[in-house]
Amino acid sequence: MSDAEFPILVVIENDQQHAKPASLRAISAARQLGDSYSLLCLGRGIETVVAGVSDLGAARIYVADHEALADPLADRYAKVVVDVAAQDGSRTILAAGSTFSRDLLPRVAALIDAPMLSDVTHIESTPDQTIYQRPVNAGSEVATVTLESPRRVLTIRAGAFELPQRTDERSPRQSVAVSRDALPNGMQFVSREQRQSQRPELSEARVVVAGGRPIKDREAFEQLVGRLADTLGGAVGATRALVDAGVVPNDWQIGQTGKVLSPELYIGIGISGAVQHLAGIMDARVIVAINKDPTAPIMKMASYALTGDLFELVPQLIQALQRGDEPGR
Amino acid sequence: MKILTPFKSVPENYGQPGATSSGGRRVINPFDQIAIEEALRLRERGVASEIVAVTVGPDSADEEIRAAYAMGCDRAIRIDDERSLDPHAVARLLLAVVRAEAPELVLMGKQAVDDDASQVGPMLAGLLGWPQATFVSRLEPADDRRSATCTRETDGGLEVITVQLPAVVTTDLRLNEPRYVSLPGLIKARRKPIELKTLAELASNAQPLTAILRVAAPPKRSGGVSVESVAELVHKLKHEAKVI
Repeated sequence: MSDAEFPILVVIENDQQHAKPASLRAISAARQLGDSYSLLCLGRGIETVVAGVSDLGAARIYVADHEALADPLADRYAKVVVDVAAQDGSRTILAAGSTFSRDLLPRVAALIDAPMLSDVTHIESTPDQTIYQRPVNAGSEVATVTLESPRRVLTIRAGAFELPQRTDERSPRQSVAVSRDALPNGMQFVSREQRQSQRPELSEARVVVAGGRPIKDREAFEQLVGRLADTLGGAVGATRALVDAGVVPNDWQIGQTGKVLSPELYIGIGISGAVQHLAGIMDARVIVAINKDPTAPIMKMASYALTGDLFELVPQLIQALQRGDEPGR
Repeated sequence: MKILTPFKSVPENYGQPGATSSGGRRVINPFDQIAIEEALRLRERGVASEIVAVTVGPDSADEEIRAAYAMGCDRAIRIDDERSLDPHAVARLLLAVVRAEAPELVLMGKQAVDDDASQVGPMLAGLLGWPQATFVSRLEPADDRRSATCTRETDGGLEVITVQLPAVVTTDLRLNEPRYVSLPGLIKARRKPIELKTLAELASNAQPLTAILRVAAPPKRSGGVSVESVAELVHKLKHEAKVI
């Protein structure tokens, strides 16, 4: 029996309402790895999540819906994932890369004695082996690797895989029996910062506008980056420098140690393009850079580079977009 | 409280093309430096009693061990292993050390900046059956030392959890700013003993299961197209890229 014949289990990350779009792209990766895959949804009150993934060609949807799973605590979640994988006979466990999966899946890998690859961008299956590619060293290099194990745990870079086609069939669902007493109890949820923003979430936005060091305070950031993002219905992000300076919150940081994005359009304002920042935007379809230094690294790799004073150019750009016309070219 | 701080030695020029095979100067992985710094601060507050640094590698890694001593670690262990390892193997080697040392807290970086895998911490927690707190930007052990409250940096914002101790905690960028290592400190560190552990001594059969076929530069993005004005940019975004 080749690897392709063992079922694959895709862990669907969700916010109790919807599956994260990146998780759906993990299904496309599963399709490249084997013929049969199942989905696992964990949480509390996740009826709409399950409904939203029922037409994606899965052999089965495992539903672990329980009060004790209301918050994604790694010790309990890992136990459920491992139990379901054993029941399903799956040897490959897969999810989209995120803080959720980077917390959970290495623990799962440890429990099933499997090696793990993070942020896979390319999968090539031959009858003999599966070859994977993943970025390393802040995306400055790409490693091509194989795994010498019948079991494997993978996270994928969402931007490297398409959204899967919907089908006419409905996948059968199977409830997972969850008992609080059987779950580990060493981690307790306390609180989560509530988001106020009306803007889309950074890691999922179609358009991202990001700001860098020349933007000195939050007011200037909102005037330039925020307004441009709102004009385009996009999300806002920033470089490490702006986060370190306390101008914007930590989870707005884009890059190797922050968020890795794959939007349709990324606009970098006053960003020179440190390799650690570029690691987070390499998968953007269109990159626009607005910077006063035409020799900055980002200007050399941008789809469109506009040189000049961002404090003049960005308000002009906002105005042009709001007018919806193309003033005298 | 005894704290174990595992660290990885990474190329000093991490992030640059070819760094992972450059063979140049190496440093303690920046996120692991943050972990060591946090352990030192816990000792300065009287919470930690002993800090044991541990790394895996050949004898060239002794340089980074000296740096850990110079920061202020009490003891340092090097697991003597020259193989090219993956997180699966490293977590199992560390498991053997944790069993021997019995710390109340394992504190380490959330990821190594050379391979960006971000796996060893939660893998180790899974092997131990211990609670874990990853991507931590604030760590507050309880007065009775039986648990710790941790603020985690997640994609959706800050999350607070408590973990029972012993636990594995991985550090994010903004937990602290590591102290500067002084030259006199480094010189003093030269006299400190490095405890060597062989695989036989650890009774570990840890095997890497990842085979690296090649590491190469990524495909280049075609770019660098200059536009002269806001109007030209808007026009191109609309009609050429068709993205707005």
